Amino acid sequence: MGKTLAEKIWEEHVVRRHEGEPDLLYIDLHLIHEVTSPQAFDGLRLSGRTVRRPDLTLATEDHNIPTTDLDKPIADLVSRTQVETLRRNCEEFGVRLHPMGDIDQGIVHVVGPQLGLTQPGMTIVCGDSHTSTHGAFGSIAFGIGTSEVEHVLATQSLSQAKPKMMAVEVVGELPGGSTAKDLILALITQETTGGGQGYIVEYRGEAIRKLSMEARMTICNMSIEWGAKAGLIAPDQTTYDYLQGRPSAPTGADWDAAVAHWDSLVTDDDAVFDKVITIDASTITPFVTWGTNPGQGVLLSGNVPNPADIEDDNERIAAENALRYLGLEAGTPMKDIKVDTVFIGSCTNGRIEDLRVAASLIEGHRVADDTRILVVPGSVRVRLQAEAEGLDQIFKDAGAEWRGAGCSMCLGMNPDQLVPGERSASTSNRNFEGRQGKGGRTHLVSPDVAIATGILGHLAGPADLAQLETAGA
Amino acid sequence: MEKFSTHSGVGAPLRRSNVDTDQIIPAVWLKKVTRDGFEEGLFSAWRNDPDFVLNQDAFKDATVLVAGPDFGTGSSREHAVWALQNYGFKAVISPRFGDIFRGNSGKAGLLAAEVDEKVVQRLWDYLDDNPGASITLDLESRTVRAGAGVDAIEDSFTIDDYTRWRLLEGLDDVGITLSHEDDIVTYEASRPSFKPVTL
Repeated sequence: MGKTLAEKIWEEHVVRRHEGEPDLLYIDLHLIHEVTSPQAFDGLRLSGRTVRRPDLTLATEDHNIPTTDLDKPIADLVSRTQVETLRRNCEEFGVRLHPMGDIDQGIVHVVGPQLGLTQPGMTIVCGDSHTSTHGAFGSIAFGIGTSEVEHVLATQSLSQAKPKMMAVEVVGELPGGSTAKDLILALITQETTGGGQGYIVEYRGEAIRKLSMEARMTICNMSIEWGAKAGLIAPDQTTYDYLQGRPSAPTGADWDAAVAHWDSLVTDDDAVFDKVITIDASTITPFVTWGTNPGQGVLLSGNVPNPADIEDDNERIAAENALRYLGLEAGTPMKDIKVDTVFIGSCTNGRIEDLRVAASLIEGHRVADDTRILVVPGSVRVRLQAEAEGLDQIFKDAGAEWRGAGCSMCLGMNPDQLVPGERSASTSNRNFEGRQGKGGRTHLVSPDVAIATGILGHLAGPADLAQLETAGA
Repeated sequence: MEKFSTHSGVGAPLRRSNVDTDQIIPAVWLKKVTRDGFEEGLFSAWRNDPDFVLNQDAFKDATVLVAGPDFGTGSSREHAVWALQNYGFKAVISPRFGDIFRGNSGKAGLLAAEVDEKVVQRLWDYLDDNPGASITLDLESRTVRAGAGVDAIEDSFTIDDYTRWRLLEGLDDVGITLSHEDDIVTYEASRPSFKPVTL
């Protein structure tokens, strides 16, 4: 019997297999940031251990980093201490760090691919659940807790029970005006937040093959939001074209050897998945969330659902709680929901393609009164690229705020937070209660919907913007 | 890590599903660089509500949390496990856990006991009728027990064999792996040269 893509990668990384124990897997790349690593380094010190492979480890500062006043020290002293702790740890243990102010600083999941460190066939971990992003290159990538961070630092390996295998067959083609973000939001609503639990998911099909690398990263990024261990996409020419020439990509004979190997990283025709689900991309129109978990989503053209219509007790109570928290009435058209703040950024949608789309839509418009748009590039290099293309000026001319790079309002560990009751349309990945600031109310959206919303002041899509243009003309 | 065999303690009914790790410990609390002191941040948004279960006298010293399905979804923050432990919890019972949370619990010594949804419902009802009552978790036999007499609840819970063994023995994972260092060295010798390095 053939193997799935994920099984092939898994098998290539088994260091030790013993009956009744999880496999010991080798880790090709360990990414680190300031939030989930300090206690792991402390653990190493306490037990007199070292970092086994600093040459397979990379650190960056992202969660706490302010997006304004970048020339000043971090004002929040607790944040500053955490960042300084990372710097001390990296120095003591010989780990490469891209700190604030460095040209390669940025969100860890934007930096890895951008440097060419994320490659097909690898195992990649990080103390961050959105590590699944790197699966877009055909690697097994997943988030781990701090105890596991310590384990990987000390051993460059991880004990892992082999997950089950799932295929998501994406049939049809995404219609114009629909994005990878709409597709993954629709899938999470279809499957719920626990639907992928226990599985490594391979996204397959013609619609996936046609996606750019960055769009593939958006899809894989949100694998964790439906509970999957990891999500991945088989590498192809799109992957190779993205990688070739990047600083850490192989060169010369190594490139040829790598590509020869990467070409074998496909699911065999006779491989059997434990589960196969199908989603029709051609039916996807802009999709947004109405609730407080990413599985509570609806078409932008739809209405806030009525909890009374939900049969499952837990789901109904969760829906009632969500509407109460978000201050929404059942039956309200989603497009009637007024939005205070639009956040464009994060490891889900903070890359250059996202900013290009956003800039092209906002050009010639103004941000609505009483609404603000924050544009936060995923990395310093994304920021510089956008500035070289003049995108920053387009945003500023429209009245949007152009900021420095980092995780920012995705989780509000830096000063970019919602205030209680403030409502956002956010291109990030989580709409949990208080995620973007205590009492903040989040709707997850694509960059396209984010911009249309920022211009119109209520949830809206690119089509509404086009109507506005027709009416104005 | 401390050994875990059997625990009996006050059960607290958390009648919610999809309790993500942002609810267990919001991001503003993650700036600490230690493993302790997270108890104040535990469920911090809900703790402002006087009706919240942990604000009720009968449940404030709870050590066993009984939650709805999909407990611990979302962020990988192990701080969620530490916050529960810092508060005093020894075990969480739920029909389904977020993958990373369950893994983190096993590493940090918090028992994540997966039970049938009906068992959670019975435990909730039992705790509502008997506030302050104890729940017992026996890891050796993978059994959860509460109450006595005809209404007694006794059912099995699920935990994988390896995590159960490590918890029972109180073993340090890194130590176990380093005892297989020869295997790691052998593996490293065969890694292809095209794999990237950071230094």
